[in-house]
Amino acid sequence: MRYVKPESFEAAATLLRDEDGISRILAGGTDVLVQLKAEMVEPDLMVDMKHLPGMRDIVAEDGGFRVGAAVSGAEMGEHAALKMMWPGVVEGVELIGSSQVQSRATMAGNLCTGSPAGDSVPAMVTAGAVARVQGPDGVRDVPVVDIPTGPGKNSLAKGEFITSIFLPARPENASDAYLRFIPRTEMDIAVSSAAVSLELDGAGVVTSAHVAVGAVAPTVLLVKDAGGALIGSKLDDAAIAGLVRAVEAACNPITDKRGTIEFRTKTAGVLAKRAAHIAYTRAGGQA
Amino acid sequence: MKTIPVETTINGDSAEFLCHADESLLDVLRDRLGMTGSKEGCGTGDCGACSVMLNGRVMCSCLVLGVETQGAEIETIEGMAKGEELHPLQRVFLEEAALQCGVCTPGILVAAKALLEKNPDPTDTEVRYWLAGNLCRCTGYDKIIKAVQTAAAEMRSA
Repeated sequence: MRYVKPESFEAAATLLRDEDGISRILAGGTDVLVQLKAEMVEPDLMVDMKHLPGMRDIVAEDGGFRVGAAVSGAEMGEHAALKMMWPGVVEGVELIGSSQVQSRATMAGNLCTGSPAGDSVPAMVTAGAVARVQGPDGVRDVPVVDIPTGPGKNSLAKGEFITSIFLPARPENASDAYLRFIPRTEMDIAVSSAAVSLELDGAGVVTSAHVAVGAVAPTVLLVKDAGGALIGSKLDDAAIAGLVRAVEAACNPITDKRGTIEFRTKTAGVLAKRAAHIAYTRAGGQA
Repeated sequence: MKTIPVETTINGDSAEFLCHADESLLDVLRDRLGMTGSKEGCGTGDCGACSVMLNGRVMCSCLVLGVETQGAEIETIEGMAKGEELHPLQRVFLEEAALQCGVCTPGILVAAKALLEKNPDPTDTEVRYWLAGNLCRCTGYDKIIKAVQTAAAEMRSA
């Protein structure tokens, strides 16, 4: 295996494009080093880009924040302004792994690794987060929801990689929340999960709502009908019932050792309901 | 496979080593530098027995490549005692028998020290969550949590 620290993003993209063997990108390393140890993959090329400009930075931009692809979960959790604007995104990231893993694991890595259960992904999707993708032919911006394509798969072409993720500005009276179900209290993979992002008007009526669920389909799902069910409401019982119905209808999970189809579907609806109430309270709404 | 020269600082001393590109920091510490205090429990970031500080943050050294540590500041369990004088956490772990077989202990001490530097007065719940990535199969954790709290109280009053 060759280990390379390229001098620029352009050089990294060219290097990755021209590699005939197996290549891997090293960000937090919390997935790729496990794959090396388990001999699931024997890369010919490992590209480390943590030193390149902006990779370790959280920068205010257009009223929102641009988070470098190598920023760790711990660093996001320590950023008070980011946490205040996007508490659901940050709480999702902070649920990934242990304190040790938090020191290294990244949101971009969690996205690209393509797990349907990735804890940072649903809230990024409901935030309308946009990944900045560098490739051999230049830079493009891709909505986060379009990056994962199935378990362990993503839509990035050969030579492409994420350099940062942009979380947009928020109006007044807006917030988000993320919840997952695990059978213990820490250090586990979501059996199901849900994120909700809401914007309210001055009277506490929902004007914009996005709902996403995880671990209930081959990728994290943005459930448009579930968000739609909340718009115009103050999260009354009928609106919540519509949210739960829409979430359950969208679920397409598998049965495995962590949960059955029925259990995942049921809990995804419950988590979406609870996350909606948390996001509503955080946004300043009073039911 | 060719080896790559790496220069780091370990426990305040400059350290140079050669390693392969795919060698973990844990393997470098144990097999190339003879620093066997950091233990390999799982090798996949689950158990925390290999915890070290890298540039001021606690990490599993099995999830870090040796070559990545060029220019980095590393602290290991070997640097925790100052000469013959144990760190309060180390001494209290002995006094209160917060260990049995001891394989998880170096990682727990490194991680607990990191916690107390960040949060000198944690609740029991905060200690339990912070140490959730340090598995112990002997003690049942209770004595570990109590020992961390005893050491924390002592360090606060020092």
